[in-house]
Amino acid sequence: MFENMENIYLAIVIAPLLGSVIAGLFGRVIGRAGAHWVTIIGVGVSSILSMVAFKYIVFDGGEEFNQTIYTWLSIGNLDINVGFLVDRLSVTMMVVVTFVSWMIHIYTIGYMHDDPGYQRFFSYISLFTFAMLMLVMSNNFMQLFFGWEGVGLVSYLLIGFWYKKDTAIFANLKAFLVNRVGDFGFLLGIAGVLLYFGSLDYVDVFSRTAAVEGQTIQILSGHDWSVMTVICICLFIGAMGKSAQVPLHVWLPDSMEGPTPISALIHAATMVTAGIFMVSRMSPLFELSETALSFILVIGAITALFMGLLGLVQNDIKRVIAYSTLSQLGYMTVALGASAYAAAMFHLVTHAFFKALLFLAAGSVIIGMHHEQDMRKMGGLYKYMPITWFTSLVGSLALIGFPGTSGFYSKDAIIEALHHSHLPGSGFAYFAVVAGVFITALYSFRLFFMTFHGKERMDKHTWDHLHESPKVVTVPLTILAIPSVILGAFMIGPVLFQGYFGDAIVVSGAHDVLTEIGKSYHGVWGFTLHAFKAAPVYLALAGVLTAWLLYIKFPHVPAIFADKLGFLHKLLLEKYYLDKFNQAFFAGGTRKIGQMFWNIGDVRIIDGFFVNGTALTVRWFSGIIRTLQSGYLYDYAFAMIIGLLLLLAVFVHHLF
Amino acid sequence: MTSELTFLIPEIVLFVLTCIILLVDTIGSSEDKSFIYWLSQSTLIVTVVLLVFLCPDSTTHAMSMNFVSDPMGAILKIFICAYTSVVFFYSYDYLKEHELIRGEYFVLGLFAVLGMMVMVSAYSLLTIYLGLELLSLSLYAMVAMNRDSQSATEAAMKYFVLGALASGMLLYGISMLYGVSGAIDLASLSAYISQQTGNNILLIFGLVFVVVGIAFKLGAVPFHMWVPDVYQGAPTSVTLFIGSAPKIAAFGMAIRLLVDGMEGLVDSWQGMLIILAVLSMAAGNIIAISQTNIKRMLAYSTIAHIGFLLLGIISGSQSGYAGSMFYVLTYALMSMGAFGMVILLGRKGYEADTLDDFKGLAVRSPWFAFIMLILMFSMAGVPPLVGFWGKWFVIKEIIAMGHISLAAIAVLFSVIGAYYYLRIVKLMYFDKADQMTAIKAGQGMRFVLSINGLALLALGFMPGMLMALCLGAFA
Repeated sequence: MFENMENIYLAIVIAPLLGSVIAGLFGRVIGRAGAHWVTIIGVGVSSILSMVAFKYIVFDGGEEFNQTIYTWLSIGNLDINVGFLVDRLSVTMMVVVTFVSWMIHIYTIGYMHDDPGYQRFFSYISLFTFAMLMLVMSNNFMQLFFGWEGVGLVSYLLIGFWYKKDTAIFANLKAFLVNRVGDFGFLLGIAGVLLYFGSLDYVDVFSRTAAVEGQTIQILSGHDWSVMTVICICLFIGAMGKSAQVPLHVWLPDSMEGPTPISALIHAATMVTAGIFMVSRMSPLFELSETALSFILVIGAITALFMGLLGLVQNDIKRVIAYSTLSQLGYMTVALGASAYAAAMFHLVTHAFFKALLFLAAGSVIIGMHHEQDMRKMGGLYKYMPITWFTSLVGSLALIGFPGTSGFYSKDAIIEALHHSHLPGSGFAYFAVVAGVFITALYSFRLFFMTFHGKERMDKHTWDHLHESPKVVTVPLTILAIPSVILGAFMIGPVLFQGYFGDAIVVSGAHDVLTEIGKSYHGVWGFTLHAFKAAPVYLALAGVLTAWLLYIKFPHVPAIFADKLGFLHKLLLEKYYLDKFNQAFFAGGTRKIGQMFWNIGDVRIIDGFFVNGTALTVRWFSGIIRTLQSGYLYDYAFAMIIGLLLLLAVFVHHLF
Repeated sequence: MTSELTFLIPEIVLFVLTCIILLVDTIGSSEDKSFIYWLSQSTLIVTVVLLVFLCPDSTTHAMSMNFVSDPMGAILKIFICAYTSVVFFYSYDYLKEHELIRGEYFVLGLFAVLGMMVMVSAYSLLTIYLGLELLSLSLYAMVAMNRDSQSATEAAMKYFVLGALASGMLLYGISMLYGVSGAIDLASLSAYISQQTGNNILLIFGLVFVVVGIAFKLGAVPFHMWVPDVYQGAPTSVTLFIGSAPKIAAFGMAIRLLVDGMEGLVDSWQGMLIILAVLSMAAGNIIAISQTNIKRMLAYSTIAHIGFLLLGIISGSQSGYAGSMFYVLTYALMSMGAFGMVILLGRKGYEADTLDDFKGLAVRSPWFAFIMLILMFSMAGVPPLVGFWGKWFVIKEIIAMGHISLAAIAVLFSVIGAYYYLRIVKLMYFDKADQMTAIKAGQGMRFVLSINGLALLALGFMPGMLMALCLGAFA
């Protein structure tokens, strides 16, 4: 169909960058409308071309693309390249990223309508799209890292978008620092890859796994570690930072300080899934270390269960969704650990749509409520915002895995996969994800009921102005609602059981859980019906029912629970005291150590002794010896004679 | 005999033309000295043209071994004349402005140039002395030119007495060398030394005195005492002159005496020069810090630079000498620019010679603040300016010869030295100006000074040609 796909791939990456540059540097010239047009067209071009590429590769069976576009620099034998690897895995990500981003660009016109930083915002989100595309399209580790840091930077800029708000600045610094911890591991992992594989190119690295598999490394003397395990865990630590897994999850709830469109785009749909994508991309490496897979499994399970619990006590509408995101990322991570990479990617895709939908719906509520985010001051909104209400319902059903919705298929696949996994930790993980289903349903519908139903708790002024959001907000909601419902049914068969990802994902026979499930898979309908014979669906319905009882029928009960289980309630409110611990131990400790080094090392030793000390000494000395220049002729002549005698003494004397 | 005279044509022409200018100046009674100035400039240009035209590509001796014609001498002489021409250019406005304009300034300047050319091309001990005295006597008189200035006469007096003392020592050394070897030309002296097997006390004695003479002329510690007083006391136009071309001549003289004449004693004079170099770098850089007068500060800076210049000679290799030559040629250019700035900022009845005069220059004249910035950074040895390459060149050579500790000392003192150069930059860019008077200098002065500063930048980016030239002179 196309002579030269390379140009299309280049255009996909460059269009959003161009939009970003124009909106960012010339925002004042082109004005507000100019800025949103140029970026929306840029991302729109990128999105449509991504779909074209998707059709070319997935439906037309076109060739995968793996080429170096540009050599940035060469050091010895190491070439650092910019190159694209476009296969079924990356093209799927490209479509999700550009499409969600496109919707959010449009939505932003409404959400940021009165913001003075309008052009800046559009420039940032377009830049984010560029960086994310560089990340997913990369064919080597270095470019992956570039995109990784690029999205991190834009995330930082956007969390702190309202830079005059103290909490926003605190949150973006926190996000940046926590991600630094993850990136440190990631960078070590990349260094390990370079050290043992001698290349940074994916294909080269994956082709050399056999040679590295058996090698060991001594990190602490006397203990042999498998190189693969060390590299994989280091890489996964990077994923833990970016995809907010326990204990590096602390930044994500705080990131809700940023404007809602970016919470949807970056902190729910795309960037936070970069870690999931990365591990899937590295599946040929991770498959070689069961230790690493177990580690992933346990971390993911902890995140899925315990972060969901936190969602139960939050009152800020965005924070509830943020904890739900954490929990869902935990589900994806668990799937990775169980070697069900395809299931993880499947959930990633469906989650991207329904979570973006939920966030945008929350944003719509926030617009209607005049930027009030506390659910205790909402209620009964369904009368005033019917479209938002309906799309929220769709999103919530997808999130809890209501049979037939996208979320149902992807989540059930993960649960089934765990059921078949035999890795250490899979038992705990299975329990965590099943229990998680109930909790997900509970907090999701707590949010839904508190916001849209029950007593109207807002003040008079807000109530007077309640109305449905404008078209630029509701249209993206509607568009996102469609895939949230139907996408799963279309995708499940090909993605999970019919080798959709082809060679992009490698699973070793020993833990190929999806194939095992596939043996009993007889079409979408069968899969759906089968679900009614298993616990999760009933757990989900129980969760919804509980939420209805607690927040609609007997709204005074939650307070009694909170009172009776004071300790538990406090623990959840304080987020397991992890923030406090980090704040006191890591942040406080680092600052104390820094203060100490500054006081002793900088002020006293370097500044005091070396810098000022020498300078003062030299100046003092200079002042002394300048007096030798007395101005008297006989002193000068005397100095010359002394000099002469000195030379004579030294050079004639030693001859004797 | 007649053919030998062709080697001396530039010197002869310069001498004759200078005498004519002297006559014209004496006969003509005009107060307007522009005619004399242009005659002097023409003389220098003619000399440069002749030097370039007659530039030799091999070494020839003439006048009964009293004169040598070689590439190094020719290059040095071309630079001496060219730099003097720029010095005259800077001086002309200054002298007019301060009502010091006299024909003698130019005539004495030209005689000094003749002396320098003789020093550079002399090949016998006596011719060297002859050239040195011709230069020195001209300079004494030039320093004293402003008779009514107490500080100028005092400086001239000091310079004269100490200069006489140093000349005496040099002459005493020469007599000893002659007494031992019976040779007055450098070739025979060199031949005699190479036949010596053991150590000859009298030779070393003579060498010490000769080194003292050279050190005085260069202004190396502890024979430097005249430098700050003369630099500060003399009219700025004279300081400008003393600070540029004569350094090149002194370098030429050092090469003639130490390398052409006494390379056999290299072990001895190396040691002496190391002492002088270390003392110069130390004293020059450290004392410069506490100066408040920029002319005096630049005097100490000169002393420090002489220490660096000596490093190249100390290395005792052909490329080391070339390094020193590169250093002196570029240093003279920087020094000229720096004193040019002092002249530029001054005006009628006012010498801008304190550091405070540079305060806030970036506001008064951003362009010349930038030029001064280039000059100061170059003196401090900041890349990519040419001052960096000069230091790099000589330090590379002494490291190649194994004098690591000497190189370390040199680097250390250049760090200390950076302080007072950067202080000027700080004064210009970060302090508030005491006075906001506009700069008065004419277009020509502004133009040439800008070229002078930018040349440092250009040479910094393309040092290769000048380096090749210097290396070629010692090939």
